[in-house]
Amino acid sequence: MEQLNGWFTELLSGNLIFTANTLSFYWGGLVTTVQLVFLSLLIGVILAVPLAIGRGSKRRWIKLPIYAYTYVFRGTPLLIQLYLVYYGVVFFDGIQDSIFWVVFKQAFFPALIAFTLNTAAYTTEIFHGAIKNTAKGEIEAARAYGMSRKLMMRRIILPSAFRRALPAYGNEVIFMLHASAVASVVTIMDLTGAAYYVYARFYAPFQAFIFVALIYLCLTFSIMFVFRRLEKRLLAHLRPRA
Amino acid sequence: MNKWITSALLAGALVSGQLLGQAMAQDAKETVRLGIDVPYEPFVMRDADGKLEGFEIDLGNELCARANLECSWVEQSWDGIIPGLLARKYDAILSSMAITPERERQVMFSLPYYNTPSVWITARDRDIDIDEKQSLEGLSVGVQRGTIRDVYVTQEYGDVLDIHRYGSSQEVVNDLQSGRLDLTFEDFPIAVDAIDFRQDDSPYKQLGDSIKTPTSIFGKGAAMAFRQRDKALAAKFDKAICEVYADGTFDKLMEQYFDYDLSVRPSEADCAQ
Repeated sequence: MEQLNGWFTELLSGNLIFTANTLSFYWGGLVTTVQLVFLSLLIGVILAVPLAIGRGSKRRWIKLPIYAYTYVFRGTPLLIQLYLVYYGVVFFDGIQDSIFWVVFKQAFFPALIAFTLNTAAYTTEIFHGAIKNTAKGEIEAARAYGMSRKLMMRRIILPSAFRRALPAYGNEVIFMLHASAVASVVTIMDLTGAAYYVYARFYAPFQAFIFVALIYLCLTFSIMFVFRRLEKRLLAHLRPRA
Repeated sequence: MNKWITSALLAGALVSGQLLGQAMAQDAKETVRLGIDVPYEPFVMRDADGKLEGFEIDLGNELCARANLECSWVEQSWDGIIPGLLARKYDAILSSMAITPERERQVMFSLPYYNTPSVWITARDRDIDIDEKQSLEGLSVGVQRGTIRDVYVTQEYGDVLDIHRYGSSQEVVNDLQSGRLDLTFEDFPIAVDAIDFRQDDSPYKQLGDSIKTPTSIFGKGAAMAFRQRDKALAAKFDKAICEVYADGTFDKLMEQYFDYDLSVRPSEADCAQ
């Protein structure tokens, strides 16, 4: 440990930017980014499953509102949605005195809400597409077994749809990680926020941003790796046999 | 071949330009582009027609006139104002930039032309004692990212206050008004302009004294910044700054925009050079 410490100090000596202090900023940023992205993706998926089923419903009063929601959130930039949630909510009279203020006072929750709604909209469309593309034969077979619509959805349609949606959803996860960079505009110290801080403090844009770009790259590769493994396992039956 | 002709013509133009410049110093003015972060009221803002105006615009134009330079203004956001200078997007910064050791590593400063303190602002009905550090635990403070006030708050209060860093001073004020922030630490003139805390009926008030020290953080005041090698240009502006102070033009301009004193009279030794 002593040795490691000495090695670390030596590594950092002779440069004014990457001190232990700024590195701790980057570390804090990494934690915040991962938390924010992970939570919004998790809640987003939980919201997206019922929404995707509803989106394919035959009843217009279920189908249309969901379509309107995904249309709006996919049709506007995430940055604007974030601004609206963060700066927009304070214009509701009396929000400061209501219980919601506990949530909206922080920068984290408005960002989490904006990110969640955004990713839920995209994920809804991804799942909806996958559900729609379920092979006719599978549905007919389920019917022949006398399954109710609910049971068929649970046992046949959703499992096979999730598998087909996996590659597209992996992309959405990566997009979300990259899109989370806008969180820094509402004072959240995420990875990009940390890079902005180092940049503004030392006027060293290249060093500050190349470092953070490398961290994003590592995160992206880890996500890709996980999804590759998942696809290998879950889509094994679709691979051509040797 | 064409290249040769062009460069010969260019060289000729340059030489003759130089000679003409010496011959008719009054007519052929050197052009200088000044970088500025807009808005920073009342130092710089836009009038109804979108034209730049404000104390620093007037002061800058006055300095240019005295140094016999043809000046134009280039807008640049604060975050990138020093990299922009180094990348030659403009030749000097005249944008309320305080002299600090970190910045001096990157740029060369003129004599300071004004100096303002920084102030703590909070809502009038809040009871906060800024000198009692322990009592500040968990309160949120807003500052503009990368400013000397950011450095001061981070260094002195980083362990107790929850620091929110914003891209512009406007966003800080927004969030103070929305109630997200308990405190802000603002440049005095900006605070006067944006929240008018000195009026009795203002919903905001100043906490404690105005702060100008330590000089290691707050510097000697705001100055123009140049690329390190442009010594001649900096000297011209230094001379002009001495002149506007000596003949009272600075005071006149100051009274036009402010009802408080933000002058930093250069010493005779500084002006003698």
